[in-house]
Amino acid sequence: MRRVSKLAAAVSATAALALTATACGESSTESSDKKDKGVGLAFDVGGRDDHSFNESAARGADKAKKELGVDVKMMTAANNETEQDREQRLTSLAEAGYNPVVGVGFSYGKSITKIAKEFPDTTFAVVDSVAKGKNIDSIVFSEHEGSYLAGVAAALKTKSDKVGFIGGVNNALIQKFEAGFAQGVKDTNPKIKLTSQYLYPNNDKGFNDPAAAKEKAKGMLDRGIDVVYTAAGQSGAGSIEAISQKKGAWAIGVDSDQYKQPGLAKYKDAILTSVVKNVDVAVFDLIKSVEDGKPLTGTNAYTLKEDGVSLSTSGGFIDDIMAEIEKAKKKIADGQVKVSETPKG
Amino acid sequence: MKKIDKNKLILAVAAPLLAIVAAIVITSAIILSTGEDPIRAYTVMIEFGSKSDSQVWIVDKSVPYYLSALAVAIGFRMNLFNIGVDGQYRVAAFFAAVVGGALTLPGFLQIPVIIIVAMAVGALWSGIAGVLKATRGVSEVITTIMLNFIAGSLIGYFLQEGRLAEKDGNLFHTPNIPDSSHFFTLPTNPEPIGGFVVIAALAGVVYWFVINRTRFGFDLRAVGHSESAAEASGVSVKRMVVTSMLLSGAAAGLVGMPTLLGSSYNYGTDFPVGIGFTGIALALLGRNHPLGMALAALLWGFLDRTGIQLEFEGYAQEIVEVMKGVIVLCVVIAYELVRRYGLRLQQRKVGEELAALARDKGNGTNDKAGVSA
Repeated sequence: MRRVSKLAAAVSATAALALTATACGESSTESSDKKDKGVGLAFDVGGRDDHSFNESAARGADKAKKELGVDVKMMTAANNETEQDREQRLTSLAEAGYNPVVGVGFSYGKSITKIAKEFPDTTFAVVDSVAKGKNIDSIVFSEHEGSYLAGVAAALKTKSDKVGFIGGVNNALIQKFEAGFAQGVKDTNPKIKLTSQYLYPNNDKGFNDPAAAKEKAKGMLDRGIDVVYTAAGQSGAGSIEAISQKKGAWAIGVDSDQYKQPGLAKYKDAILTSVVKNVDVAVFDLIKSVEDGKPLTGTNAYTLKEDGVSLSTSGGFIDDIMAEIEKAKKKIADGQVKVSETPKG
Repeated sequence: MKKIDKNKLILAVAAPLLAIVAAIVITSAIILSTGEDPIRAYTVMIEFGSKSDSQVWIVDKSVPYYLSALAVAIGFRMNLFNIGVDGQYRVAAFFAAVVGGALTLPGFLQIPVIIIVAMAVGALWSGIAGVLKATRGVSEVITTIMLNFIAGSLIGYFLQEGRLAEKDGNLFHTPNIPDSSHFFTLPTNPEPIGGFVVIAALAGVVYWFVINRTRFGFDLRAVGHSESAAEASGVSVKRMVVTSMLLSGAAAGLVGMPTLLGSSYNYGTDFPVGIGFTGIALALLGRNHPLGMALAALLWGFLDRTGIQLEFEGYAQEIVEVMKGVIVLCVVIAYELVRRYGLRLQQRKVGEELAALARDKGNGTNDKAGVSA
């Protein structure tokens, strides 16, 4: 008897579930008041204080707040997110009246394409991805070109002729960093041995797992590698920490000028240079364009030629090799050197 | 006899009640300690979570959670800790996506083919752990965790351009499955619900039936209670280990299907990860019961949905994750406390009855009663 009633309960509960799902009551989109609230920024994992990628975007928004007087709302992705979570975050921002809404990170590519259709009057932007839509600004960078210069610097600075690359996640974006770096090293000194490793094959946890990056960096140092370029968002802090503990070893930072990051101040003397991705400039440009009533749309590429990516010089550690770096930069800008976006072999 | 049943009922209600009250008290204290107002947080959650589009979102989100919990629960029922559901569903979804992307059959053929491939691959992956345990005695906890890593690397290897994936901007993904194999949706407002909720409900019913109503289920539970006793009564424990691991893996194979057939239509670098671990928490929370796990999965969906809104309202993003942890802990502890209390109650009762028997009838019958107790 008990069993039968359990089964009945199971069936009726399923039915009840199906009924509630046929959605009575108002939808959250119906009850919002729409007015211009400012800029909505949706970060990738790691959040605003990742000392790297997200923080660069945040700086752009902060600048807009100061200079243009716009309000900024920031939200952050959690680990193990699905499309649904990202869609909801963007919807929340757009619905509340934030304009533009910026997805910081390529993982927002798909969700922006979808949500932008639902809010045709809002301008959306996505960093590191190309999303199609009339009201979408796709902001992409030539990471491979910046990384090429880092490769040149690494090749000139290494004493052991062994350099390393650590990527957060083995995806197409991070492979651009690897490919550029490898080519820069090889073109400068073909005898140098490059070791490339990734923290995770396909889990975005690679961008906020400093402990894993620390271990990888330690392993590289133990093998005699003395210049390590880490492209892994917040995880990079772990690698920089490990490298700072070994004398004579250099870390190359990414996305932000990591020498200047207050959170990394303890280790800054080990930061040779950083491949700066001017996400801040791009984000500011976009916010300004929306404020001016002429929102940017389409694909906007920030390349080495127009300083969309660059090599930072803070600390003065690469002053002695600037001539060579400038030469390499000129070759790329002139088109003499074509930097590959995908690693070989 | 009737009195014990009544006690049982009270005890059964006491555990979840205790867990809920404790969880609310603890999370309120945590929110208060961050300097925010817990009541407002709950109001935001309930108001936003009950909106019609939230309901749709929550149901959709909880379907993979539920399937994952089922997969874990199959193992739990016989004391097998299948920690590897995460790797199993990803490998399964990946190869199902590869097969699905390569075929163009009519939908009524292709959808079952994709699902069967997923279940077979999931079963194969977990079967490795099952066979190792049965033949070499290797703990399934170790092997399934290791297999998770291998699964990640295997997918990472094949999910590259020129292997089994194509490049799309900054993403790699397998070729899209044809339109004909998109799963049906249930027409609800404002957005439709993915049809896989029906499959999930069916899977729940099958789970309940197999575990509680078949000889296999009886053997499974018997092994879970005591391996040696089951062995003595003629159950081949080794065979049970392999079979239940296979079943658990097959169920895990379903976890990625709502996403593959319902929204992403390919397996890419952005395919959801970590659902297998959520399943462990949900199986614990739902006490391996098909209904309990359904409620737990919906609760998780609700917390996911409202967590993003809480962040929007200025609360710390991590609050919801803390809530989840607190809820699981409270449930596990509450049930154990109530179980122990019930055991003590029962012991006292039996003791009293025995003493009464002894008083009434003397020493001879006392021995017998002692045996039967």
